[in-house]
Amino acid sequence: MRRLLILFMLGALVAPAFAQVHEYELDNGMTLLVREDHRAPVVVSQIWYKVGASYEHNGITGISHLLEHMMFKGTEKHGPGEFSRIIAEHGGRENAFTSKDFTAYFQQLEKSRLPISFELEADRMRNLTLPEEEFSKEREVVIEERKLRTEDNPRAVTYEQFNAAAFMISPYRHPTIGWMNDLENLAVKDLRQWYRHWYAPNNATLVVVGDVEPDQVYALAKQHFGKIPAVEPPVIKPRLEPPQTGERRITVREPAELPYLILGYHVPVLKTAETEWEPYALEVMAGVLSGGRSARLPAKLVRGKQIAAGANAGYSLYARQSEQFTLSATPARDHNLDDLEQALLAEIETLRNELVSEQELERIKAQVVANDVYERDSIFYQAMQMGILETVGLGWQTMEAYREKIDAVTPEQIRKVARKYLRVNNRTVATLKPLPLNSQLPGMAPSTTASPH
Amino acid sequence: MKRLNWKITTAVIVIVALTFTVARLDRPGDIDSADSSSSLAIQSWKTDNGARVVFVPADELPMVDVRVVFDAGSARDGELPGLARMTAGMLNEGAGDWDTDELAKRFDDIGANYSASAKRDMAAFSLRTLVDKPLREQALSTFASILGEPTFPREAFNRVRRNTLVSLQNKKQSPGDLAEDKFYKELFGEHPYATPVSGEEASVKAIQRADLRAFYKEHMVASNAVVAIVGKLSREQAEALAEQVTGKLESGEPAPSLPEVEPLPEAKRVDLSHPSAQTHILVGQPGMRRGDRDYFSLYVGNHILGGSGFGSRIMETIREDRGLAYSSYSYFVPQRVNGAFIMGLQTSNKQTEQALGLLQEVLVKFIDEGPTEEELQHAKKNITGGFPLRIDSNKDIVEYLAMIGFYDLPHDYLDTFNDNVEDITAADIREAFQRRIDPEKLLTVTVGNGNSSE
Repeated sequence: MRRLLILFMLGALVAPAFAQVHEYELDNGMTLLVREDHRAPVVVSQIWYKVGASYEHNGITGISHLLEHMMFKGTEKHGPGEFSRIIAEHGGRENAFTSKDFTAYFQQLEKSRLPISFELEADRMRNLTLPEEEFSKEREVVIEERKLRTEDNPRAVTYEQFNAAAFMISPYRHPTIGWMNDLENLAVKDLRQWYRHWYAPNNATLVVVGDVEPDQVYALAKQHFGKIPAVEPPVIKPRLEPPQTGERRITVREPAELPYLILGYHVPVLKTAETEWEPYALEVMAGVLSGGRSARLPAKLVRGKQIAAGANAGYSLYARQSEQFTLSATPARDHNLDDLEQALLAEIETLRNELVSEQELERIKAQVVANDVYERDSIFYQAMQMGILETVGLGWQTMEAYREKIDAVTPEQIRKVARKYLRVNNRTVATLKPLPLNSQLPGMAPSTTASPH
Repeated sequence: MKRLNWKITTAVIVIVALTFTVARLDRPGDIDSADSSSSLAIQSWKTDNGARVVFVPADELPMVDVRVVFDAGSARDGELPGLARMTAGMLNEGAGDWDTDELAKRFDDIGANYSASAKRDMAAFSLRTLVDKPLREQALSTFASILGEPTFPREAFNRVRRNTLVSLQNKKQSPGDLAEDKFYKELFGEHPYATPVSGEEASVKAIQRADLRAFYKEHMVASNAVVAIVGKLSREQAEALAEQVTGKLESGEPAPSLPEVEPLPEAKRVDLSHPSAQTHILVGQPGMRRGDRDYFSLYVGNHILGGSGFGSRIMETIREDRGLAYSSYSYFVPQRVNGAFIMGLQTSNKQTEQALGLLQEVLVKFIDEGPTEEELQHAKKNITGGFPLRIDSNKDIVEYLAMIGFYDLPHDYLDTFNDNVEDITAADIREAFQRRIDPEKLLTVTVGNGNSSE
């Protein structure tokens, strides 16, 4: 058993210090992170499992998310729905979320109710019953969820197709919610196996933030989680994306009103980068493009040239595997996708050829300083940051280094990563070209509504 | 640059198991509850030109939140739906001597966050800034200029109008948006709540800069404004802040009363065809107002009916027992005058009639019998026990303050809320629902793959 107590310091720019993060490890390998925040008599408790869509393979996509739904369907001790009922009775809020890299469950409660959360989470870590009958219904719920989020949302379909084209090998090609056909063919025995493999204390991080005393939380965690035996999780193959050898272009034809464009480039993330400053330079580059209303995409494309109705850059610094650096946009009226793409590519060229101004860089750094303070207004957000970093294997300490690393990024570094990664042969382009909303084509959404039974 | 926000909203697709129905609401409208041990010491006063101010000091973090709300929502659009929202959205396109880029930089340079929005009752302008004096001064002088001396530049106006038309087009590819717009149109008929806050294609095309100027001049005035402040400020600093941000506003006149909402004369069903895999179903009637005498009976009752996610009757019937939908809910939208009462879900097209039948059945039974004693006790525990969560951040508190100020709710509204909830009986709920919701006169709107009824 080890116990780490790490004090952390902010950089010179902001006076007040964050509360300490207290890190503990139980004998069974479970990590516990606690941060005190005594502003209100409340606590948030989150349990993070190292499993998500990027752990899945073809044929069982969506299994992590469907299992997350089933985690509310009862253990030997507490029947289906009882978890939610007990939390509600104690005035709590609870929910769960799944992404490519993690599955997490949380409760927000008045501080004295924390033991209730621990007891219930410890119970469902190993004792889920996964009844067949509940599974059949919940699979239908998730199929409805997929229709709501993806099938009936043309931009979501485009984003899903974009990922499947940009990534040929990386598991990031699969949607978190799963492909429809995989969902229709998942069986409860698949979920039982998935659950046994991944739901274990040594594959979990418990994060608690709020009006609590860290050593008491540790004692409480030992009491509830301490006796759960460790289970060695499976080793999954890395499935690294091979270098892209030429531009890929795909078109999505769906009933829609508005065209849409996504451009993406393979880039490293903090976890995979060989050169540590590169991901931070990419992070700042995303800020130069769309961090605030004064950033380049809103200032130059939405306001200046008025080619885009909206435009954004996206980058996931804290992903577990290498990601895409994306630019996505909707054309303004009287502009087409070609104009829009040329305008976005012109911005890329500028990044490759010219140095970002000191003023732009200072602006981004000022926003980071301010957000350091603003983020402390939400204990949920604080817990979430710690949970993500710990779960992808970067360690929660990474968030402390963030400011310093961003501060160190230079205009030259931004130009270097632009030249290195924002290349045509490393690019995938997806366009949504709307079909009329009253058209009927084979393969259109309504044809997928047939029940699996 | 919000670092984790990127990860959550743009890159990582986070899928949530339960339904956040609360997110659909005018937020402060549904987060009412209080506990005397957690009361907020609300201070209030008026600025020299007549704006009402509500303030709660919060010393823990070196930041300030300001939220200024005007009685200038889409209910004041008149003949030009979309006018209120476009006016609110145009204020930071030019103000005083600053153009849109300069305004954007003045906030971004110091990491201040500005946002503007309009709903049916109110237009809201929010600012979050660090409290350090030079930063605060820059943020507040910019905010004051935006609120008090907007210039509505011609070029920006043309762009904003074109992009508003794009956003209206976007709604046409969303069955959920289509259903909501149709529902409000049918529910409110000739009442100003009937039109979409974002406007309609014809009206947005017809709006001129002069309309925005006139709307601004009439409605965005001090006597029509509430300034809510939470942050690391003394009372004197808060007073100076309120004077500064409202300093350039005209005193003006309070907005006139809105007309009352008429009940629906008879049941009505409207079906719209859309090439979607699911049909979106909305069922409802006019509901209640802020400060309604039935507020607590309907609020607690709705919690049990479909307002609390898992455990509520609608969620259990539709999702838990049958797997018919991912999201199913009911809610009231308490407004200046009676807002909507809505039950809703989305289900695969072929299940539409089954789900709709169940929704109606659940409502009729609830109105007939009211909640069980067990359901009521459970709901009370959830509502009252969860109070501390509702005011655990400055962001939550400033929204509450603006809501309390805007709707003239008593300053002990939060302190007495739990007692008011505890006082409600099952008979109160049954009686209030019987009097307020008539299951024979429901409006039903569906949007999906069926045939259109019109």
